[in-house]
Amino acid sequence: MHINLTEPILELIRRTSTDLPEDVEMALKEAFAQEQPGTAAHSALEAILKNVAISRTNSTPICQDTGTPIFFVHHPEGWSTRQLKEQIRNAVSMATQKAYLRPNAVDSLSGKNSGNNLGDEYFPTIHFEEVDGDVLTIELILKGGGCENVGAQYSLPNTSLGAGRDIKGVRKVALDAVHKAQGKGCAPGFLGIAIGGDRGSSYMASKEVLLRHLGSENSDVALSDLEKRLTEEANQLGIGPMGFGGKSTVLGTFITNLHRLPASYFVSVSYMCWAYRRRRMIWQNGHATYA
Amino acid sequence: MHKITLPLNDDTIRQLHVGDAVLLSGVMITGRDAVHKWLVETFIQKTTLASEEDLRTYQALKPLMEGGVIYHCGPVVAGLESKNYRFVAAGPTTSIREEPYQGEVMRHFKLKGVIGKGGMGAKTLVACQEVPGVYFHAIGGAASLIAQTVSRVLDVYKLEFGVPEAIWVIEVKDFPVVVTMDAHGNSLHAQIERDSKLILDQLLAQP
Repeated sequence: MHINLTEPILELIRRTSTDLPEDVEMALKEAFAQEQPGTAAHSALEAILKNVAISRTNSTPICQDTGTPIFFVHHPEGWSTRQLKEQIRNAVSMATQKAYLRPNAVDSLSGKNSGNNLGDEYFPTIHFEEVDGDVLTIELILKGGGCENVGAQYSLPNTSLGAGRDIKGVRKVALDAVHKAQGKGCAPGFLGIAIGGDRGSSYMASKEVLLRHLGSENSDVALSDLEKRLTEEANQLGIGPMGFGGKSTVLGTFITNLHRLPASYFVSVSYMCWAYRRRRMIWQNGHATYA
Repeated sequence: MHKITLPLNDDTIRQLHVGDAVLLSGVMITGRDAVHKWLVETFIQKTTLASEEDLRTYQALKPLMEGGVIYHCGPVVAGLESKNYRFVAAGPTTSIREEPYQGEVMRHFKLKGVIGKGGMGAKTLVACQEVPGVYFHAIGGAASLIAQTVSRVLDVYKLEFGVPEAIWVIEVKDFPVVVTMDAHGNSLHAQIERDSKLILDQLLAQP
């Protein structure tokens, strides 16, 4: 297979960085309508919505922290993942040159920035999965460092929070994570939560669940109820946009459940900032469409 | 809405209170993690030997920082090859990482304003009272909007730290911020944290 997807992937990156998904923008508009005019929370959301519009019109990054590019590639049988990886890396480098992405890959020891967003095997992060059919899908999340830094992983039981190894315990640690984050993760945010797994798979799943769309129902009734309850209770905390105080702190919660070892009970919380940048490219019959 | 032209003077600072919306205009510098570490280790604690170039940069920064403002920001910059620099996206980064350094930097350079997001802690709040100084909160993520208020990029130092970590000297016009820590010992962040903790404790007590 010798199809070169570098250009369509570059377009996927441009859209992800500059064009906030409609469901996220709608949620921000609803939050704006709920805040009291004249408050800092209200003007923060006003600025956010203005920024979203400017970024889309001018094709400039919504946020200067264009984050870790996380790609999820679902490819039909027969595609070379080595070639796809090469094309993704080339597209990332080109996107950096075009200022859709900030040079973000820093060597942890020397402090040197590679200048083109290409680092080691993990930067950018690319996950491959072979799928049935003939449609290739690439999903991209850009997750900035501010919100990544307030992510949290708990090992249950957690005595100080009174959190046992059950869904009630999950609720408690998730609320604690939102409180600890305050405005530092650029509230109003979104929660991706994974229950179970090992430390690695748990964090990974807490990011992948952020690919879901707002308003999509969790097929597990208990998790669906907890998603709604957590969003509602997080907003009772009154942290508000940017931590200025206000009604909108969390605009959506997504939970996934993994198998775990008998000895382990991890709960991983990935906090996504309001600039919830995720886009999908669908490659079919030689054409790319974007969602 | 207060309109303030930089540099800041002490009277202006003391008139500002938590919650005030401000439009800033004038010249400021950006500086974040690498810059704060470098400033403190090289010129304040002097645990690292300053090179001749460091000393030249220090002399250039001093007048910009006295009465000035540092912006915690790692911008997206266009024109890197032509050196005809232009800010494309320039929202604030999380300030709390500079908490170990910020107070010392404020005192040493008579730096009177800090712009960032998420607020800072007790050490910086004390420095705000002493220097005096003020913490301005910009809107996190509003990068394209804020970049439009950056009218010119005047200079850049320490570009070897990388584009996000360099010291960019910029001129801004009506840069929108909110005072969240003032020179009177008030911090909106400390207050929200306390208030939300009380509610958290009530929620944790529920099954």
